[in-house]
Amino acid sequence: MSKTWKEFLLNWLIKISGYSAIIFVALIFFFLLREGLPTLGEVSITNLFSLRWYPIENYFGILPLIGGSLLVTIGAALFAIPIGVCTAIFIAEVSPRWAREVLKPLVEVLGGIPSVVLGFLGILILASSLRRIFDLPTGLTALAGSILLGGIAVPTIVSVAEDALDSVPRSYRDAALALGATEWQTIWRVTLPAARSGVLTAIMLGIGRAIGETMAVMMVTGNAPVLPIKLNSIVSPVRTMTATIAAEMGEVAKNSTHYHVLFFIGLVLFVISLGINIAASTAALRQRQRAERILS
Amino acid sequence: MKTAGYLVLGILVIFLSSCHTGTETTSASTTSPQISTIVNKGSDTLVNLALAWAEKYHELHPDIEISVTGGGSGTGIAALINATVDIANASRKITPGEIEQAKANGGDPVEFVVAKDAIAIVVNPENPVTQLTIKQLSDIYSGKINNWKEVGGDDRVIVRLSRETNSGTHVFFLENVVRMGNPDDKTLFSTDTLLLPSSEGITSETRDNPNAIGYDGLGYVTPEVKVVAVGRDTGGPYVLPSAESVNNGQYPIARDLYMYTDKQPAGAVADYLDWIMTAEAQAIVTQLGFVPINKQ
Repeated sequence: MSKTWKEFLLNWLIKISGYSAIIFVALIFFFLLREGLPTLGEVSITNLFSLRWYPIENYFGILPLIGGSLLVTIGAALFAIPIGVCTAIFIAEVSPRWAREVLKPLVEVLGGIPSVVLGFLGILILASSLRRIFDLPTGLTALAGSILLGGIAVPTIVSVAEDALDSVPRSYRDAALALGATEWQTIWRVTLPAARSGVLTAIMLGIGRAIGETMAVMMVTGNAPVLPIKLNSIVSPVRTMTATIAAEMGEVAKNSTHYHVLFFIGLVLFVISLGINIAASTAALRQRQRAERILS
Repeated sequence: MKTAGYLVLGILVIFLSSCHTGTETTSASTTSPQISTIVNKGSDTLVNLALAWAEKYHELHPDIEISVTGGGSGTGIAALINATVDIANASRKITPGEIEQAKANGGDPVEFVVAKDAIAIVVNPENPVTQLTIKQLSDIYSGKINNWKEVGGDDRVIVRLSRETNSGTHVFFLENVVRMGNPDDKTLFSTDTLLLPSSEGITSETRDNPNAIGYDGLGYVTPEVKVVAVGRDTGGPYVLPSAESVNNGQYPIARDLYMYTDKQPAGAVADYLDWIMTAEAQAIVTQLGFVPINKQ
């Protein structure tokens, strides 16, 4: 009797914790909708999609903020993906056993450094050296933000991608090498494709970390709400959505227009990261189906 | 196993004995009067001054505890409207809109001028510019002047630094410098103005970057940056900010600093605000680089 009770209880506990993730996401989405949607009634569409963000005078153009976030995130991805994936390949496939035992924990420690500490380094060292090296008017730019965010995303990518590469069965590599493939061909044509869905998850998590990062970005990007569409935008200051919410949320009175617009920005951010997640997981799924077809 | 048992026993003994002393102190403190807490939040300009006042007042009246936090004038007033603080610090006047919101929430804000402050214009020590008029400052910050050579400096791009929009200093600067005190003027900050989240951000960028111009409360100016003399018009006189030049009205960018309460203060809050007006409290104002209110 007591055993079935325990079983029943455990079953339910596990079920509840499983479903709670779904419930929380749904609740967050509902909350964002409730607080953010009144924006559409209070702010005209032309104002909302104008190029001026100056909330204390009722200019609520969110395009510069979306542009800023996208630019910084894409920049970060361009830094983090090659470095992260290559580091993961090195650790999993190339480095000797002892180097691996040292490198993996070190990368994970790097991932544990609070982003605000990296922000300090960014302000004091990165921004001023970027200004000197590229002879810029100021070092507080999208580029500084991208590099810093890239640095924040790398440990996540390395850690998850390395696990994925590591779980590719030994026999795959042995077979490739036995067929006369070089080590590089084995990595590039066999191991990496076999681990593709894991590597893709790693990249997705890394980018997710980058687009949601707030503190470090707020400290180094200069926060000027300019739509980044010019060629030199990457070396100009930008303002991201997260930095805007973080900097202004404390100031607004509850249920004011500004408050609703900040939630609307949160909603946009939520939809964007949801989009990235869905795109990445469908890509991973399709890849897996193809791989299974080939193997069977 | 045995040692572990002793360890647990030891910890228990220590815990119990500390509990015992704990009860003793509580019983002792019940004889002393009830401690009451005043919650004080708002302007970053005022936060150091408010902290110094709070500490001194707590020394004089150990039964009153005052918790002081910053966040910006808008943040403080928003907290006052939402009734989460007793006193809001502000470096700008409360706006009619905010008074309306407070009344909607059942309050009726009362204003106290507690000190005066000058806004210093700071540049990098390498910058040869020593004086600017209000008109020139307005043109620089609204984007009409973009190169230092137009105001007598080197051939360098001007990088404009500002506090975030939730800062009272930002609003004061907008109204009195960018718009030159004209309430009908709708001039805004140039969009590429860098909005930095803290006074420290402005100081560190100005110290590092010879292109930068920034502004901040006089109490926050460090010796590593250069203060520019400001003139009302091209005829001068150009005046550096100081206690004398603020009190005799010569320095053009000076302002009052405020504390707001939700309704007419009573009890501990009223006593505290009365004390702030005394010569003893106003002496602290001078020590921190602000200007005491004149009690003629």
